[in-house]
Amino acid sequence: MAEHILEVRDLSVEFHTAGKVVEAVRNVSFHLDRGETLAILGESGSGKSVSASAVMDLIDCPPGRITSGAITYRGEDLLHMPAGKRREVNGRKIAMIFQDPLAHLNPVYPVGWQIAEAMRVHGMPAGDAHRRTIELMGRVGIRDPEQRARAYPHQFSGGQRQRLMIAMALGYDPDVLIADEPTTALDVTVQLQILRLLQELRDETGMGLLLITHDLGVVAEMADRAIVMNAGEVVETGAVRDVLKHPNHPYTQKLIAAVPGQGSIRHSAVGVAEPILSVRNLNKHFGTYHALRDVSFDLRAGETVAIVGESGSGKSTTARAIVRLDDADSGSVQYGGRDLCALSDKEMFRLRRDIQMVFQDPTQSLNPRMSVFQIISEAWRIHADILPRNQWRARVLELLDLVGLAAEHADRYPHQFSGGQRQRIAIARALAMQPRIIICDEAVSALDVSVQSQVIRLLDNLRDQLGVAFIFIAHDLPVVRDFADRVVVMKEGAIVEEGDVVQIFEAPAHAYTQALLAASLEPDPDQRGKHQRESA
Amino acid sequence: MTQTGINGAPTKSPPKLPTWLGLLLADKFATAAVIFLSLVVVAALIGPALLDGVASKVAFRGRNLAPFQLDHGWLMILGSDSLGRPIFARIIVAAQNTMMIAAFTVVAASCIGAALGLVAGYSRKFLSDAILRLADVIMSFPSLLLAVIVLYMLEPAVTNLVIVLAITRIPVYLRTTRAEVLEIRERMFVQAAKVMGASSWRIAFVHILPMVLPTLLTIATLDFAFVMLAESSLSFLGIGIQPPEVTWGLMVAQGRPYMNQAWWLSFWPGLFIVLTAMSLNLVSNWLRIVLDPTQRWRLEKRRETNHG
Repeated sequence: MAEHILEVRDLSVEFHTAGKVVEAVRNVSFHLDRGETLAILGESGSGKSVSASAVMDLIDCPPGRITSGAITYRGEDLLHMPAGKRREVNGRKIAMIFQDPLAHLNPVYPVGWQIAEAMRVHGMPAGDAHRRTIELMGRVGIRDPEQRARAYPHQFSGGQRQRLMIAMALGYDPDVLIADEPTTALDVTVQLQILRLLQELRDETGMGLLLITHDLGVVAEMADRAIVMNAGEVVETGAVRDVLKHPNHPYTQKLIAAVPGQGSIRHSAVGVAEPILSVRNLNKHFGTYHALRDVSFDLRAGETVAIVGESGSGKSTTARAIVRLDDADSGSVQYGGRDLCALSDKEMFRLRRDIQMVFQDPTQSLNPRMSVFQIISEAWRIHADILPRNQWRARVLELLDLVGLAAEHADRYPHQFSGGQRQRIAIARALAMQPRIIICDEAVSALDVSVQSQVIRLLDNLRDQLGVAFIFIAHDLPVVRDFADRVVVMKEGAIVEEGDVVQIFEAPAHAYTQALLAASLEPDPDQRGKHQRESA
Repeated sequence: MTQTGINGAPTKSPPKLPTWLGLLLADKFATAAVIFLSLVVVAALIGPALLDGVASKVAFRGRNLAPFQLDHGWLMILGSDSLGRPIFARIIVAAQNTMMIAAFTVVAASCIGAALGLVAGYSRKFLSDAILRLADVIMSFPSLLLAVIVLYMLEPAVTNLVIVLAITRIPVYLRTTRAEVLEIRERMFVQAAKVMGASSWRIAFVHILPMVLPTLLTIATLDFAFVMLAESSLSFLGIGIQPPEVTWGLMVAQGRPYMNQAWWLSFWPGLFIVLTAMSLNLVSNWLRIVLDPTQRWRLEKRRETNHG
């Protein structure tokens, strides 16, 4: 076999933070050949991004330090290359695209200028750079590139911005393209388009694609080979089919088992109980934008209704209207014989205990300056009649136990916990009110797959133990498959389909639901083939 | 080393007061700053009672004596001013007026400014607009001109001086607070509190204010020096502190004509203004770290290694 275009051998990187040394990456080795896709799969903190940053010389030293190993590009040692020469390789030969394209595009320059600049810094004459820009923008699927080159980043959608980033990376026909979670911030249908584009470009130019992702579905869809990282080490490496179908390492097995949507579909035990919450004809405008169009659905006691839709579909707006964070323009929310939308603040205050909410990002939904005890007991501080003060401590410990945390956690602060633990704290806070309904607004979207499944299992237990009804908002269908009783699919502010889980997953009626199902990536390589044939 | 839990937080929390002292001692600069500020406060409290006679005793034979000479007694260690009064004694006596004016001004301006900023950032559009326009009016009017007019009409007393200076400084706090509130009120934990039914009062004071406080503290300490100097320019114009009353700022101003022959007339009081402002800044810096649970480990760790 010929020489690999990119090879990383025994790479170790450490970071000096918080007064201690963290070994972010230990003895990582991998290689990449022309025309192939290598996926680095791992959860947050596994060191997958650090490995890629080392290739691009993006690690800040200090606090980071490469302690050992070698990175070679076509036999040349990148780590001991003079800075000037290294810059010639970066961007020209090895290019990179990132997770959040908005953060990597400068808002004050037109996108065409920015793409051209990436080429001009390497010495291409302005005229050529401009011509190449237009050509590339056309290639990555931006319609009317001459016109659009003069537009600014905010005038593009998320998917288009990622296309622009890809165009920028392709300027010099790089040999290696590193894609760091390229589709994580995108909707599922858009994700599939971007992945297809990357695949086409790889086949066209013969570049090697290094794909960093946490998503098994993306790996199954894209990669030829995969390495699995955990806690800074490579735990498994091999062809994608082998890794996904016959994982050897326990961590990989755990990861694959945690993927949502593979258990049996939940069969609703609720039956035809009376609805406790009825949403009727909610409408909401933001300026001229019609965010909610006649949204109506029911929630029965102890039942879980999932609201699924892509960004901008109005699912969060619905939740915010129910708890009166934003007021709807028209429509009603019937609860306990009263219309929540028509209540005064004072009357609403009394009903707030019954409807609680768990937010998407627990890092932001917990006040960083309050201890866990203060965060949970705030509920009783606000609603003084729930619990006398001398029982607060005992009840906090009880709730922590209920969500799977330990008693000593009560006096710590949110930053001392992992993402999954923080979400447990947020759930404990919601439970402190003894609510009848909990609204989970993308409550597991920000979590790693394995943590995600744990939190869902926790919610599942709580539902069975306490009889709480859930409104579960998600952008992804598989997550709700084994948790929800009924599914409401939303698009552009309106409900397009509503039905039992079984019906939605096995016999989706609306075209959009079918598209959503087809776009969700299967981690099983065999299943994947089936889906693609169906959607084609 | 004590046993540490996750992220280096001590597993057992020691009793409260020694913790604060320990955290202070962990930061040497902050410790020095606190000692210096304590001395200034002591001087301000008992200085005038002890040294008032000495500090205002005119001695024309000993005019503009150079510093670091002990022939004329230890009070002359920093030299004497244009009327032969010992500068060291005058600095101690002046500490009272200076600290009183600066402290009251900064406290008043920051409290009023922060309160208005909270209201402006958190309330309905009309009230918010009204408060902001008020701030604009104050800001667009030259602060010294305002002070001159007001103090010319009222009589130049310490209280009037404080009121005028405080009014001119309010917009700084108001605008900063409002800007931060606008950002923080959109954060998820504020939304979470709303869903729990927390009152506006609770959200403003329990969730938002503690996040704004570090910024306000930093501005306040910087403002301290500014106020001392603003007061001196008013005194220089004859509408601030009236001699024989004295402040550090006034001493700087009075020393200015003699800058060529006797630099120490302005230098020493100037040095005290700088040291006070710097000490306050160091203390506020320390306080910012101590009050932030995500930063506190820095001091705790230093403390452990010191005791190690």
